[in-house]
Amino acid sequence: MKLRQIKEFIIEKLIFLSGILSILFVVLIFTFLLKEGFLFFKEISIKTFITGKYWYPISDPEQFGILPLILGSLIVTLGAIIVSVPLSIACAFYISEVAQGRIKDILKAGIEMLAAIPSVVLGFIGMTTLVPFLKNVFNLPTGLTALSGSIMLGLMAMPTIITISEDAINAVPKSYKEGALALGATRWQAMYRVIIHAALPGIIAASMLGIGRVIGETMAVMMITGNAAVIPTTFLQPVRTLTATIAAEMGETVHGSMHYYSLFAIGIILFVITFIINVTADMFLHRNKK
Amino acid sequence: MVTHATRSPGHQVTSKIIIQQLSIWFGKVLALRSLNLEIQGNEILGVIGPANSGKTSFLRQLNRLNELEASFRMSGEVILDNKNIQHIKPEALRKRVGMIFALPQVLPISIYDNVAYGVRMHDGKSKSELDGIVEDSLKSSFLWDEVKDRLKELATKLSGGQQQRLCISRTLAVKPEVVLFDEPCSGLDPISTAKVEESMLKLKEKYTIVLVTNNTKQAARVSDRTAFFLTGELVEIDKTHKLFTAPKDKRTEEYIQGKFG
Repeated sequence: MKLRQIKEFIIEKLIFLSGILSILFVVLIFTFLLKEGFLFFKEISIKTFITGKYWYPISDPEQFGILPLILGSLIVTLGAIIVSVPLSIACAFYISEVAQGRIKDILKAGIEMLAAIPSVVLGFIGMTTLVPFLKNVFNLPTGLTALSGSIMLGLMAMPTIITISEDAINAVPKSYKEGALALGATRWQAMYRVIIHAALPGIIAASMLGIGRVIGETMAVMMITGNAAVIPTTFLQPVRTLTATIAAEMGETVHGSMHYYSLFAIGIILFVITFIINVTADMFLHRNKK
Repeated sequence: MVTHATRSPGHQVTSKIIIQQLSIWFGKVLALRSLNLEIQGNEILGVIGPANSGKTSFLRQLNRLNELEASFRMSGEVILDNKNIQHIKPEALRKRVGMIFALPQVLPISIYDNVAYGVRMHDGKSKSELDGIVEDSLKSSFLWDEVKDRLKELATKLSGGQQQRLCISRTLAVKPEVVLFDEPCSGLDPISTAKVEESMLKLKEKYTIVLVTNNTKQAARVSDRTAFFLTGELVEIDKTHKLFTAPKDKRTEEYIQGKFG
């Protein structure tokens, strides 16, 4: 009896420990990020950092303006949304409402495969196929543009958006659909007047989570967007994103320099953006459950 | 025993729906076995029977909702106004044969929009025409007086009984010929039930009504004829007062006396 109690006690504490560890890590990472970032903000105000138009961290005098980087991230993300959201929602509808039997299974497996492709591979494929293609089609000096990043990242966001939207559509009570059909709605009318309406919070949440993934994505964008830190005006010019900046420069910077701290500051900004997106998505998902 | 409407020459054919040798399967399960039945125009046909008696499968066949199930198979014919319903487009059929479900399914939009929903879907009507249809439909289900001042409010705020009557209005708004009720009062209190029954009796003047119910007393109160189903077979159909006072079949008698089911 005694032995059993000890065993229970140990198991309970072990589970507690593994649970608390994940929280501990988050807190540690967060404090580290804040600590290093704030050293930077002591020297340069958040406002000049965010609204500054020039990112010359190693020239003399150095300039730390991340507006081009923020806009670079935004334009790539916006493009990715345009590419992925309509396609993904249509796909989710096809899978949950139209496709039957084998086609459905094949599609679902295919989408899981898409999610399993490492981003570096997607970047590599984009670099060798999409980039030259865009260069030829639009007759550009380089195919490394915001558009190529948008297309590849759109592909990357699709599995997330499709699977979560599909869950949201499946969660719509069958009776809603029957109610619409019983009034003489065609299958399409029932779909777009009732099912989309009911599944909308889930679909929005799915899109937000997809967007969160796009903003945080690094490897593929670094490989195919050209990495020029200038304020973008069209989709057909090279851009540099927040993430690519950190990844590209962290290895070369002097530990403890202003440049080094500025990258942590970018990390904080990125964290804030993704945090806001995830919280919003969560709110929508939560509303959906109620 | 099946009563047949007179169909000899010279007599008006009063049967709205004729069902011939209808059998329904879901997968390997036989839900309804060779049913022959006629539903007359402007009557309320009550359908009673215990669970798994096939009464709901029967009802959902009349507007072809059964075929949403992938495993559904059928044989036999359902004829609506001399036309086999399998040859009518499902949307067109369901516009003519409306259905009220056990649980009211109002949409999270305004009362007005709920009623106008089906009408808007079928044909573009002007604002004033639509207003008229909404008012008429709400009056037919005795809901108008309760909601006329708050048509723009969310329909989901209505009580259960009001929601069910809203669903009736919504169905009537598309101008059906037949209205199917699938245990419409199973989730309602007695007062709401009385109101729904009151509207059914009124609707009979214009529509043909089929009422599937678990509540045998309800069938006794509102239906003109009542059919008793048991394990996928029609046991007996007769004028309601006859079926309830002098049933021909022993099983009917036992069921309405509450001995099983």
